[in-house]
Amino acid sequence: MSEPVALKLTAKDFKSDQEVRWCPGCGDYAILAAVQQFMPELNIPRENIVFVSGIGCSSRFPYYMNTYGMHSIHGRAPAIATGLSVSRPDLSVWVVTGDGDALSIGGNHLIHALRRNVNLKILLFNNRIYGLTKGQYSPTSEVGKITKSTPVGSADAPFNPLSLALGAEATFVGRTIDSDRKHLQSVLRAAAEHSGSAFVEIYQNCNIFNDGAFEQLKEPGTRDDHLIRLEHGQPITFGKDGQFCVVHPPGGFGLEVRDTASTPAEEIVVHDATVDDPAYAFALSRLPGFDLRNTPIGVFRSVHRPSYDSVVQGQVAEAQASVTDTPEQQLAGLLGSGDTWTIVG
Amino acid sequence: MSKQIRQLERVVIRFAGDSGDGMQLTGDRFTSETAQLGNDISTLPNFPAEIRAPAGTLPGVSSFQVHFADYDILTPGDAPNVLVAMNPAALKANLVDLPRGADIIVNTDEFTKRNLAKVGYASNPLDDDTLAGYAVHPVALTSMTIGALADLDVSKKDAERAKNMFALGLLSWMYSRPYESTLRFLERKFAKRPELVAANVAAFKAGWNFGETTEDFAVRYEVKPAKMPPGTYRNITGNAALSLGIVAAGVRSGLPVFLGAYPITPASDILHELSKHKRFGVTTMQAEDEIAAIGAALGASYGGALGVTTTSGPGVALKGETISLAVALELPLVIVDVQRAGPSTGMPTKTEQADLNMALFGRHGEAPVAVIAPKSPSDCFYAALEAARIALTYRTPVILLSDNYVANGSEPWLLPEVDSLPDLRVEFATAPNSEDGTTFLPYLRDPQTLARPWAVPGTPGLEHRIGGLEKADKTGDISYDPANHDYMVRTRAARIETIPVPDVEVEDPDGDARVLVLGWGSTYGPIGAACRALRQRGLSIAQAHLRHLAPMPANLGTVLRSYDRVVIPEMNLGQLAHVIRARYLVDAIGYNQVRGLPFTATELETTLEEVLKNV
Repeated sequence: MSEPVALKLTAKDFKSDQEVRWCPGCGDYAILAAVQQFMPELNIPRENIVFVSGIGCSSRFPYYMNTYGMHSIHGRAPAIATGLSVSRPDLSVWVVTGDGDALSIGGNHLIHALRRNVNLKILLFNNRIYGLTKGQYSPTSEVGKITKSTPVGSADAPFNPLSLALGAEATFVGRTIDSDRKHLQSVLRAAAEHSGSAFVEIYQNCNIFNDGAFEQLKEPGTRDDHLIRLEHGQPITFGKDGQFCVVHPPGGFGLEVRDTASTPAEEIVVHDATVDDPAYAFALSRLPGFDLRNTPIGVFRSVHRPSYDSVVQGQVAEAQASVTDTPEQQLAGLLGSGDTWTIVG
Repeated sequence: MSKQIRQLERVVIRFAGDSGDGMQLTGDRFTSETAQLGNDISTLPNFPAEIRAPAGTLPGVSSFQVHFADYDILTPGDAPNVLVAMNPAALKANLVDLPRGADIIVNTDEFTKRNLAKVGYASNPLDDDTLAGYAVHPVALTSMTIGALADLDVSKKDAERAKNMFALGLLSWMYSRPYESTLRFLERKFAKRPELVAANVAAFKAGWNFGETTEDFAVRYEVKPAKMPPGTYRNITGNAALSLGIVAAGVRSGLPVFLGAYPITPASDILHELSKHKRFGVTTMQAEDEIAAIGAALGASYGGALGVTTTSGPGVALKGETISLAVALELPLVIVDVQRAGPSTGMPTKTEQADLNMALFGRHGEAPVAVIAPKSPSDCFYAALEAARIALTYRTPVILLSDNYVANGSEPWLLPEVDSLPDLRVEFATAPNSEDGTTFLPYLRDPQTLARPWAVPGTPGLEHRIGGLEKADKTGDISYDPANHDYMVRTRAARIETIPVPDVEVEDPDGDARVLVLGWGSTYGPIGAACRALRQRGLSIAQAHLRHLAPMPANLGTVLRSYDRVVIPEMNLGQLAHVIRARYLVDAIGYNQVRGLPFTATELETTLEEVLKNV
């Protein structure tokens, strides 16, 4: 196989001529810049890349990418992208969505795209608030959240997006943070390399309606004690000095955080994103509470399963493999199939 | 013993039994035998939504009516000449439709005390005077079937289940049907269980031989072939014809077809059928819901496929927002609505035409789409091609309004030559289209069709973004400019309104009619039959039928104004009449029924005669 020709694209090639209209200080700017800078790495011609979005602040994303793009309707991007991806396997299809778009109005499409394993890269910008409609609580807001629509606190329990995706048996699940460009790009890279659905949650700051929602994960003083940076094949330890670790307590269902000093090295869980049973990645996704302590970022799960696109296209290809007639001849045969009779003039 | 043979011009037979008795299959087979003979045919299945309602009850009755004649017919017939009643429920449910003098063949084995009580018969109608005036033929169908299969290696249950083939054999004998196709069918159907082939064939033959030997059936009937245009025919239901039309649209456009669908009665058969035709490049996706189904279809259209979604009324309601998106994106999309009785779940297996308002107006914002409706089962093939033609040429969603009556009804179809089907090839945009040739303007329109270019992902240099936000003319950039929005709304309206569609044709053989009957969709058959009957009685009446509901034919206003009275029969409460009155200021009279059943020709004849008297 010959080496693909290097396209020599740059971040600039992925900037569209549209003026970016997010609020100054919005976390979306950082994500946009990171994605635009990352895209040339794919070495895919711009015309073969499509960004599909739903509705919400994040969903304006496609307008700013100089690729093909569709800003669709609320919650439906995974469904629309599924039809596109299945019928055009030659394209690299990305879905950009938010916590309201993906988990509230579009929850059904999200889980079904994931369980089918459609070849989509789904970037969920989670800011735990409705921004575009000016500050209502979202399906990822903490219980008791006081917003315009919940003046005495929200009553409903939130979704954990990664737990949900893993429940749907997504084959690739990762998490990253808007402000950490290097990490964000490393997760995008892994997602892009994955064949099938890749689900990436990006913690994103809405500085207008939910400012500082992920501050503990960003502040130099607190972040190291909060963040668990997952690395495949490495023991899971974290903290400024690696003073914390993750273990699987005997008899328990999940994972727990312990002091590294008092834990025998062989008890520390070695991260393996390729574990077929989603229960392991699910346990990882349950580590943090709403105070964001013990928040894993990185690739939780990356397993291989045939993509929906490849199976569907395979069925079509197989049906066409033995065809020698022209489409017109085939059609004539089909129209005249079954019990026919002829009337002679 | 040779029996007397009597010639008939036409016969209407209704097979009725329990949902589990196989009446649809029996009717289907009889229809196929009849088609082989060259009669003209029209069929009407009628079944409950419940898959297996409690056995022997009235809600569990399923029936199949077939009308065949030695001339061209337009409807499945108003009233059966023959009723095959497999149990007391079937008798009770169908007796009301039977004119006195009709033949009733009953399965006496099922007329037990318990079964009679289930449907509220205090005494056995076979013994009292309930059936006085009918020609009743009591046949112990179940026990004779079991008896005929005694020597075969089948369970009693399987033997009992073959009783529908006994009934089919008897009726095939009565009407001198060629049965070879049925024997072949049984071999195919039970290929994996040869003992069932033997059992069903034996039951069929037992029924046939019973007819020949019993003295209860003294007469055998013949209906000569109809004079139909020469060519090759097949019998086809509307849903099957519609599916083939979509396959044909793929072949004639050279585009892959993508169907997104969610199971819903009575549209699911289109999904089933299209899922078999992958070799034509047809991809089918059973989506998680109605919204995903149309979303995926629209996504496929965006990628350069012919996107199609099929559903019924409740599904169209859910798809509304995506149809509006497709209006804004100006992409081709075919939405098939096989209408059923609503609102809500309504009567899922019964027919109605009450989604016209929704098709024409049921979206947010000014969101016009093209709407077309097939007039008969075989016309569903051509309507699907026409829907695809409009969608592809004008880059617009098109709603195809079928209904349960044409979808499940069947008629002979003169197979078309593939070369005679419309050429649906399209051109994708391949190069920048600005005047200076440097940029791509996704909303620069073709001056003739007002269609925008279809630039599919993968085309270098034409990368662009589209979306639901209002777009600036030509560039497609987001625009909140008041004048631009006004212009775009009017342009989208004009884009639909100026689609050229064929003039409406008026059938007025006497040329002096003062009353016009205007129909749309599946009412074509009953209206035509009623008009024929009136003309045979020397009365003049004109008939016009709308296939294009949006845009409407250019000559329609002139046609409407040239009659003293316009009557619009519809299976709704006057939705087309409302539009006609509003658009053309014509004082149209509605004739409306919403019983879940097609019009009978007789009721329309009576109604129209009243109108004629009062002009």
